[in-house]
Amino acid sequence: MFSRAYKTIVTAPPLLWVTVFLLIPYLLMFCYSFWSVSAAQTIVHSWDLANYRTLFRVNVYWQTLLRSMGIAARVTIFSLLLGYPLAYFLSFYAGKRKDLFYQLVIIPLWVSYLVRAYAWKTILGSGGVLNTLLQYVHFTKHPLEFLLYSPFAVVLTLTHIYTPFAFLPIYAALEHIPRNLVEASHDLGATPAQTFRKVIFPLSIPGVVAGATFAFVLSLGDFLAPLLLGGPSGIMISNIVVSLFGAAYNWPLGAAISLCMLALVVSLLFLSEHLEKKWSFS
Amino acid sequence: MATIPSSPAAVTPTTATAKSTLLSIRSVAKSFGKNVVLREISLDIAEGEFLTILGESGSGKTTLLRIVAGFESASSGEVWMGDQRLDRQPPYRRRVNTVFQHYALFPHLTVEQNVGYGLRVAGRPNAEIVTRVAEALGKVRMTEHAKSKPSKISGGQQQRVALARALVNRPRLLLLDEPLSALDANLRRQMQVELKSLQREVGIAFVFVTHDQEEAMVMSDRIALLRSGELEQIATPREIYSRPATAYVAQFIGHTNLLPGEVRQGVVHCNSLSWATQLPEGPVLFSLRPESIQVVSAAKPATPGQLRVRGRVRQQAFHGATELIRVQCLGDVVLTVRTPSGTGIPDEVDLEFSAASAVPVRPSAGRN
Repeated sequence: MFSRAYKTIVTAPPLLWVTVFLLIPYLLMFCYSFWSVSAAQTIVHSWDLANYRTLFRVNVYWQTLLRSMGIAARVTIFSLLLGYPLAYFLSFYAGKRKDLFYQLVIIPLWVSYLVRAYAWKTILGSGGVLNTLLQYVHFTKHPLEFLLYSPFAVVLTLTHIYTPFAFLPIYAALEHIPRNLVEASHDLGATPAQTFRKVIFPLSIPGVVAGATFAFVLSLGDFLAPLLLGGPSGIMISNIVVSLFGAAYNWPLGAAISLCMLALVVSLLFLSEHLEKKWSFS
Repeated sequence: MATIPSSPAAVTPTTATAKSTLLSIRSVAKSFGKNVVLREISLDIAEGEFLTILGESGSGKTTLLRIVAGFESASSGEVWMGDQRLDRQPPYRRRVNTVFQHYALFPHLTVEQNVGYGLRVAGRPNAEIVTRVAEALGKVRMTEHAKSKPSKISGGQQQRVALARALVNRPRLLLLDEPLSALDANLRRQMQVELKSLQREVGIAFVFVTHDQEEAMVMSDRIALLRSGELEQIATPREIYSRPATAYVAQFIGHTNLLPGEVRQGVVHCNSLSWATQLPEGPVLFSLRPESIQVVSAAKPATPGQLRVRGRVRQQAFHGATELIRVQCLGDVVLTVRTPSGTGIPDEVDLEFSAASAVPVRPSAGRN
């Protein structure tokens, strides 16, 4: 249909782009992860697994990795708990206002991530909106300190930011459920609750899996929210990677940690794709 | 000879005979905004009856079915099952089951799980579910596909699973929404027969919605013909065919000829034809079925009591055992006549029919 020359011309730029800006950097990272830094702050091209060993032996690294996964898991759960009912309501009960509500869910995505993270800083800070209010109603005498600069603040912010990402695939999955299946279920004597449990929820699982994957993967790699709101106890693995590539000047260790995270994320994506396929019936 | 039904009251339901009434639809109307879909429909369905709701798309037949099932609520009117008011109950409390147009089988459940769904949500004991599901699958000859997912079986098989899934709950009434429309012609005919015999066997009342008049004639005990949300006629297939109430019914069910005429002093005048009648004075419209007209040779003397006209054959269409010929006669009237195939038809023919076979019908607005 198209000439060979045409195909080459069309596919070359993106291929080139991916090679130069993605494949080669990954390859370099891969190499770096086996190298080390000398006392004189130069890269030593020695090939060994020292960096990987460091990651799993030095407490601060693996503990931060675990904490990051914990935070990401909590963000995932809360995003699903918020996103699912919202998607369900929109898909089944919003009627004519469906489009309006849908836009309302989407609009926050147009606002810069930074602005949203900063907004939480203003809300949660010791002189912030929330503490002022709590003091005003005499709920507390002194500002609550745990609100800001804590894992709590990070989970809250990331949940706020990633709930739309969990919502969208769930909503899409719910919208794809033929309504005559719901009618058939009612027709066969199932109450609305039974219908949800036995028909609607099972058929929405691919959306839930996709939404959970988004929320988990995106928040696992997040570094701005912990940087702005996390404080010392809310540090996540990406913050460590950032400092290793920056101030600490230990690119090899940074590369090793990055690759471990990459491996984790890629295997999660595979798992999620497998689950989605297993539960899809279209 | 039937008298002309003079008011809409004359077409109100022939109440279910011998057997007792199972479901009673009383003055049900439905509109979506300004769009009136059903107007004051009243009809009764007897225990064990096979009732077909027949109509073109947009006639409101599916809406009526959905009101009985509970997926749609009537704008006014009531639906009763025995002494229970049905239309106030949610669909899951009604002892009514539906076979959906596109079957609506649950894609994530096996055939067996689909059939057992109703029993499971009703909390029946496991042993009972297993026996009844096996029995229902046997009845529709789907036992060997029990473990398959719906996407792995054919349309006809899905159809049978949908039937089993509904019947296994032993509903008092089964609603079928154009269940055969997605099947090809051969399978469709086969399923018509199967469905009818299954209905006899289980003895459950069926309300069957279709736009296919032939299907309605083959399967039904009674046919309710809907047109633009109004009930045109409800009667047995024989009656609706031989005594159509309106011109629309006469045309919708099979072929017919419509002859306008006028009654003056006990005599019908229809072009150059005239015959004695007991119909009231005034304009009148007759439906004359193609098979009640005979082609006779011009040489043959007129049969006593038969009306006779001469005409010219304009068109001939072969239909297997019979042929339909269109004959121009009585000036510009074109009559469709059904004759046995293979008889040589000359260009000029004489036609005969009895005055009794011309059935007076009410004119229908719009389509005549």
